Amino acid sequence: MTVKANNELLRVDDLHKQYGDNEVLKGVSLTAHSGDVISIIGSSGSGKSTWLRCINFLEQPTSGKIIVAGEEIKMLAGSKDALKVADPRQLQKIRTRLSMVFQHFNLWGHMTVLQNVIEAPIHVLGLSKKDAMERAERYLERVGVWKFRDTYPAHLSGGQQQRVAIARALAMEPEALLFDEPTSALDPELVGEVLKVMRSIAEEGRTMLVVTHEMGFAREVSNHVIFVHQGRVEERGHPREVLTRPNSERLQQFLSGNLK
Amino acid sequence: MEWFDPSVISGSLPEFWRGLWMTVQLTVFSLAVGFALAIPLSVARVSRNPWVSRPISAYTYFFRGTPMLVQLLLIYYGVGQSEWMQQQWESGNSFWLLFRDAYFCTMLAFSLNTCAYQLEMFAGAIRNVPHGEVEAAEAMGMTRYTVLRRIVLPSALRRAIPPLSNEVILMLQGSAIASAVTLVDLTGAARNVYSRHYAPFEAFIFAGLLYLAVTFVLVGLFRFAESHWLAHLQPRSASAQKD
Repeated sequence: MTVKANNELLRVDDLHKQYGDNEVLKGVSLTAHSGDVISIIGSSGSGKSTWLRCINFLEQPTSGKIIVAGEEIKMLAGSKDALKVADPRQLQKIRTRLSMVFQHFNLWGHMTVLQNVIEAPIHVLGLSKKDAMERAERYLERVGVWKFRDTYPAHLSGGQQQRVAIARALAMEPEALLFDEPTSALDPELVGEVLKVMRSIAEEGRTMLVVTHEMGFAREVSNHVIFVHQGRVEERGHPREVLTRPNSERLQQFLSGNLK
Repeated sequence: MEWFDPSVISGSLPEFWRGLWMTVQLTVFSLAVGFALAIPLSVARVSRNPWVSRPISAYTYFFRGTPMLVQLLLIYYGVGQSEWMQQQWESGNSFWLLFRDAYFCTMLAFSLNTCAYQLEMFAGAIRNVPHGEVEAAEAMGMTRYTVLRRIVLPSALRRAIPPLSNEVILMLQGSAIASAVTLVDLTGAARNVYSRHYAPFEAFIFAGLLYLAVTFVLVGLFRFAESHWLAHLQPRSASAQKD
């Protein structure tokens, strides 16, 4: 096991999210230290994806605090049930430190693989094209899709597209990576290649927050598992504890349905 | 062949060329002005703020709902009927004097008309940009302007190329109505040749062939544009391999 520096990288405090009368998140919290790999598990509709998407404000929480590397995202009361950011530039800066990988890859279709990976480093971080290309080469190589650099996303398999999306996220050199069900849209035979890449970047000591249905990944790769049920954290802890000796009946049911 | 006398055409070639040149000017200029205006207006058209999107919607409703000929006649003959405009003309105001010029009025009517069509095409294409791609751009920390400039517009304008090619060809052929306000475009030239020689077949068949030739050139240009900018939507090419 690698030695983990004990600096807090991300904290989410008492996050609530409401859609009309439907409260999806009922006060959830987490803390991630540098090098943590946290798996968030739970059945569909438990609120786990919403939680992740609130962290970089793709969804607006109803209340709660989000602190990235000591910097709290400043929020204002917005419309109805949602807060809004007080300072869009602060949010943009924070978003560059938390890269996201999506369930449906969300690669930019009109750009080649290489253009996808250099786009944000050039137009958000302000890198020169040459530096961005060097980064892209490194990370595309890293996830094994360098040879597809001049291909358009639509001409790649789902697994290849997701690896490109991971390279695109890595090229921002963020402090933490957010994965929103990265293998859920893939054909079963393509899941393995993406998990392999995720495992190998976790082993580099990167901080990762992974919303997933892959119990094998949660058990073997992460050092912390959070089980979400109906918008609340039902159980949390080290995967060996939580996944082998679940306390709550909910988690027992969930795992028996999942671990075939 | 008694009904077809090629010498009518060969004797009037300079006239045909001048008409063709007028047609090309009208078409290219109005398409370019319409395009330049349509891009920002299409962004405003999809705005969630009704004070921004409604006026544009009213504009496209009028210009797409009425014939271009009516719009042209309204601008060329209608505007000059206003007393205020006549006063401007008498005082020699050089801007408003433009409205006495058939060439200017035709350019204006054509530009406004094609702009309305192009902006609705672009607005539709903007609405069809996959939401996930916009979300990914935002999640990378792009500003709204950067998302628009780098992701939304490049994606939308590419997908608007096929409908745009129809609009371009319709404008070329629609420009024939310029002859209604004294301009001698290709159709106007053909009509002059016809009335001078009483040779309808020669005059109009030759004009038709010239329109056809320009259409072929345009179709070729759009084919090229599609293969260049829409490669990402073409079926999987040989360059994609399995790993």
